[in-house]
Amino acid sequence: MNKTVRFITENFGKYDVRSIISCIEAGGFKGLKYALTMTPSEVIATVKASGIQGRGGAAYDTGKKWRQAAEVPGDDKVVICNADEGEPCTFKDRAVLENDPFRLIEGMAIAGYAVGAQNGYIYLREEYRHLRPLLLSAIEQSKSQNLIGQNIQGTNFNFEIQLYSGAGAYVCGEGSTLIESMEGKSGRPRIKPPFIKECGLFLKPTLVNNVETLVAAAAILKKGPEAFVAYGTEKSPGTKLISLAGNVKNPGAYEIPFGTTLREIIEDIGGGLEEGHSLKLMQLGGASGTIAPASLLDTPYTYEDLARAGLDVGSGGVLVVDDRTEVIDFIQSIQEFFIHESCGKCTPCREGNRQIGRIIERYVAGAPRPDDLDTAKRFAVIMSQCSFCGLGETAQSALLSAIRHFPESFQTERGARG
Amino acid sequence: MSDIQLKIDHKAISVPEGTTILEAARKVAVNIPHLCYHPDQTIKANCRICVVEVKGSRKLTAACSTQVWEGMEVLTNTRKVRDMQRGILELMLANHNQDCLKCHRNGNCELQDLCERFNISRTHLEDAVDALPLDNTNPALVRDSSKCIKCARCVEACQEVQEVHVLTHSHRSSRFNIAPAYEMSLEDTLCVFCGQCAAVCPTGAIVEKDETDLVWDAIEDPDKHVIVQVAPAVRVALGDAFDLPKGEIVTGKTVAALRRLGFEQVFDTNFTADLTIMEESHELIQRLTKGGTLPMVTSCSPGWINYIEGTFDDMLDHLSTCKSPQQMFGALSKTYYAELKGLDPKNIYTVSIMPCTAKKYEAARPEMTSGGVREVDVVLTTRELSRMIAAAGIEFAALEEDQFDNPFGIGSGAGAIFGATGGVMEAALRTAYETVTGKGLPSLDFNDVRGLEGIKEATVKLNELELKVAVASGLSNAKTLMNQIRRGESPYHFIEIMACPGGCLGGGGQPIRSTNDIKQKRMDALYEIDADLPIRKSHKNPDILHLYDTWLGEPLGERSHALLHTHYRSKAK
Repeated sequence: MNKTVRFITENFGKYDVRSIISCIEAGGFKGLKYALTMTPSEVIATVKASGIQGRGGAAYDTGKKWRQAAEVPGDDKVVICNADEGEPCTFKDRAVLENDPFRLIEGMAIAGYAVGAQNGYIYLREEYRHLRPLLLSAIEQSKSQNLIGQNIQGTNFNFEIQLYSGAGAYVCGEGSTLIESMEGKSGRPRIKPPFIKECGLFLKPTLVNNVETLVAAAAILKKGPEAFVAYGTEKSPGTKLISLAGNVKNPGAYEIPFGTTLREIIEDIGGGLEEGHSLKLMQLGGASGTIAPASLLDTPYTYEDLARAGLDVGSGGVLVVDDRTEVIDFIQSIQEFFIHESCGKCTPCREGNRQIGRIIERYVAGAPRPDDLDTAKRFAVIMSQCSFCGLGETAQSALLSAIRHFPESFQTERGARG
Repeated sequence: MSDIQLKIDHKAISVPEGTTILEAARKVAVNIPHLCYHPDQTIKANCRICVVEVKGSRKLTAACSTQVWEGMEVLTNTRKVRDMQRGILELMLANHNQDCLKCHRNGNCELQDLCERFNISRTHLEDAVDALPLDNTNPALVRDSSKCIKCARCVEACQEVQEVHVLTHSHRSSRFNIAPAYEMSLEDTLCVFCGQCAAVCPTGAIVEKDETDLVWDAIEDPDKHVIVQVAPAVRVALGDAFDLPKGEIVTGKTVAALRRLGFEQVFDTNFTADLTIMEESHELIQRLTKGGTLPMVTSCSPGWINYIEGTFDDMLDHLSTCKSPQQMFGALSKTYYAELKGLDPKNIYTVSIMPCTAKKYEAARPEMTSGGVREVDVVLTTRELSRMIAAAGIEFAALEEDQFDNPFGIGSGAGAIFGATGGVMEAALRTAYETVTGKGLPSLDFNDVRGLEGIKEATVKLNELELKVAVASGLSNAKTLMNQIRRGESPYHFIEIMACPGGCLGGGGQPIRSTNDIKQKRMDALYEIDADLPIRKSHKNPDILHLYDTWLGEPLGERSHALLHTHYRSKAK
């Protein structure tokens, strides 16, 4: 039974991504053309009516964010598309860039029109450098068709798009760090206030949106908010791109309606686990997400149901781990990731990751100290409560949830691993 | 700006919009712990020790970086807040070389203060001190990264205040460090050794190179005649180290303390400051009347000299060729003074007490030799002197006042104000005006060049000439004026530059925790010394006149040229 839908992804595979003509023939840019017949305020109202929440992970109301961006005074504003998809086990934005690059450009132009920006930037993660030629060509062709550039489609709306590449740091997916990186500085989060919306890239008012948010906005403008809210639940309207990975038969990027259960995602969409293996755990939202045991399989994938279960949509990653992996080994791999990726700026994240890493090493070696569990918990909470940015705040989500769901993995007796 | 009503620890207060939680808390007598925060710097919020609870927020909030809002409710003293702050402190300590009892900053360390406040005993964390090699190969500063808490105050001092751009961040996560590019030692960079990094460091990660042992050894050596000079800015700052009121004038006590330490003669650098003015004002008049590179720029700040030699090395001809007062003193001590006392220059050991770390570098320059020997043998910062006084068990505050010795014991008011930004300019103007016009100045106070502002300017009428002058302190301000010259847009004839913000009174060797408020008090004190002196112009200092009459000859004369002037070289090559 196919539980996937095609609202955002409707054009995947429908046209030649190297050709804007083929894209337009497939119905591309209708959202932008329609948006240009409306006032910016009406465009924002349309997005607001869809109820879409930011797909980068924070789930902030996109319509509200655009409204705030539009209300910031200034006639030189910036829209940034965050294509730094850095969460491990997350590749749904890549699927968009590969299969429908023009819809991203369309979404950015719509956002630019709505908030009054003249310049857009795509911040592409370094590991996606193979997509640079495709995106550069898409930008060029869109310009040649007057879908971006000056006096777009005969209006007085001007909007240029440029492509930036990151240098590989995970923390640059955080909005203010991304901007620091674009300004040529080292990738460390920026102090707020001033807020990005008022004083972002090159000190200009800046709107930062995730790839999926922007392409969803384009689809919503094309098909209307009613078509979007026909999917999902009241609190989680619409559809969602997920990256299903790990020990499932059919890993991949899929579009699902909110409300699909985790079991349906894994069994129906993912084709289930490999024969002879059982589910150990799931991690939702990338390395910064919490982990869940098999007992939570029937949780519907919505913001509200996941939150009740201590889970989060986050980056849209759904990582499936079967019984071949020990919980503590899994946690160690997450910990190593954060020790590598912490920027080092603030004390809790820099020193906390290091200290917790040492404790996990002792667990993996089967020789934890009597107070290690309490110490790890205490500093994991300090990191989540006191860190400068979201990286330190969420770096210990996996550990804390693993301690909750798999207490047997953290017993102090030698060899007691689970 | 309107006022914001909020509650901190259930106490209602009203503060102006834009106030941070940290500042607002002070108004209700709460001192939220802080470490990266410095009153004269930008907000960094990277140490996180100032986190507090704000009602409605799911995380704790950094008090230093969060501005209050209407109806905010802040809790600074809950079990959660205390435990989190303490935990952050434990994390810092786990990566901190805890040889506190052997540290220069023992008893004067902001990290240590917090440990005392939080009653830190043992923690469950594993010590993980990762450090770069000790950097102690230069004559002025020692960097010990095992004591660095990565607050980045030094980075701001180096990059923003001084725009020297030597100290920076490197690497990330647990390898995150603060060091020069490629982790070079300071000696191999364009570090100017101003010590502004050391002045803001909360711990002992950057300190002056301690040379007190050399001085103790010299004092004990029966073959050495050990003399000492005291810079103008020391006498308004040394009291800080002995809990006297900030900015208290302690000239007499300083002389008394130095005598008790065992120096044979105690002299005043204000005397050679006057000598510098004699030479420098004549040099200016010469350049104005006979031609020469203008604007002429002062040369008494060694941090500034290091900077121009590294960054504006194509403009060295703008510098006055005058040595600094410290080096003029050193030169005279090994020549004139040696003759006067019938001593072999090799046996004279000249010590300087300076507010400055760059003076150590200056004294070690190969060109700074006279009479066949190094002019100044050792430079001690104000901080090192305070350590010697403490080590000798001298109760500084209780000392009787004493007086400087002759022949270098009389300094004019003009010499005294060398310690403040604008002071050299004012001193030079007093002498240049009277020399050029032949008339007495109606008022000696050039108020336009006084104060802590980074760049000041003034115009003075010297007969037909409208002499335009500017004063900069802090190297970022120096850079502004130098770029103006480079673009051919400088309207000035004469520029005074001091490397450190506020001038020598804010030097990198002054007692730790010198904030702008404290610098202002020191400045007021220097102008008070000037105002109270019977002689306020360098060219009226009788001992200076006597020196020229009996030994030196004329300003810019042959002997002056040989002893009191120097040359510069590019460091960038």
